[in-house]
Amino acid sequence: MLAYISIFITAVFVNNIVFAQFLGICPFMGVSKKMSSAVGMGAAVAFVMTIATAVTWLLYNYVLMPFGLDFMQTIAFILVIAALVQMLEIILKKVTPSLYKALGVFLPLITTNCAVLGVAISVVQKDFDLLMSVTYALSTAIGFAMALGIFAGIRTRLELVDVPAPLRGTPIALISAGILAMAFMGFAGIHIG
Amino acid sequence: MKYLDIIYNGLVRENPVFVLLLGMCPTLGTTGSALSGMSMGLATASVLVCSNMSVSAIKSFVPPAVRIPVYIVVIATFVSVLQLLLAAYMPALNATLGIFIPLIVVNCILLGRAEAFASRHGVVASACDGIGIGLGFTFGLTLLGALREFLGTGRVFDIVVYPESFGSLIFVLAPGAFIALGLLIGLFNYIKSR
Repeated sequence: MLAYISIFITAVFVNNIVFAQFLGICPFMGVSKKMSSAVGMGAAVAFVMTIATAVTWLLYNYVLMPFGLDFMQTIAFILVIAALVQMLEIILKKVTPSLYKALGVFLPLITTNCAVLGVAISVVQKDFDLLMSVTYALSTAIGFAMALGIFAGIRTRLELVDVPAPLRGTPIALISAGILAMAFMGFAGIHIG
Repeated sequence: MKYLDIIYNGLVRENPVFVLLLGMCPTLGTTGSALSGMSMGLATASVLVCSNMSVSAIKSFVPPAVRIPVYIVVIATFVSVLQLLLAAYMPALNATLGIFIPLIVVNCILLGRAEAFASRHGVVASACDGIGIGLGFTFGLTLLGALREFLGTGRVFDIVVYPESFGSLIFVLAPGAFIALGLLIGLFNYIKSR
């Protein structure tokens, strides 16, 4: 149990995917202008990342490894993720139209979200078992959603601030993200188990 | 002349780091030093040139409906080749860049150039576009890496400029990546507006 709690705390706070690992920066910058879209994107990433990690873990350990095809990892993973996102979109549209409406626009964007492929590759590198991999993926996604939510709150305030002209928009957002990352460095050193 | 113009376009007018703001993850993640930034830029550039040329060569056979998956497979193939080559001949570099090498697949620059340029132009022009955009990306990463290394450790490309104890380590750590990139883009905007 302690191992899972440790994975959770590490992925959400200590080794946050955005502030410490630099993955998923594009959606982090792109959809953090409004709180509602940030929440939608966070939920969509959590959903896809967990399922994609479980599927790619099974693919790697039961197909690629036994047949000595592990050099195909990158190609196989990106194809599986792309196909999975398409499939989820179709299934959600049929089964739960309300959830589809909420996540709809964000789903296609996730295919090229490097956080999803990054997590799928790193659980293989870390030699996690299936349950640990899913825990890691879900915790990472929670960390991503949290970072996105906090940053959306900051950006709505930034809109009202008088910023020097050359720094308006992305530059000041990046600098604020840097300060936020500094705050997250305070979690470094927390160690469980 | 036309080809030189395409290269200049990628290097300056459509610089992926400072103007298009594409490929932010490797930009922030691999620029702890000038050398690793430059290596990442060159790795991406080599995949970009190969993928641009292949996409341009096969553009008349690919049905438009499935073009995106085809482009992704082409890019992923070249990334796997690069990954195996690096693991075999440059294991130290492979370890420094780590997960960012396989993640070149999802770098929006590659798919973006395949879709926006290579699928509409000839093989030579696409290669020039790959060289231009690739060198522009390398230039951005090297500049950011040099700035972070200089402010953080007092060195540029491992050459000591001032003693390390005067540097502020924060620029080598994660927060410094965001702050340094924000300041650099601000500087570019300032120069452009003058």
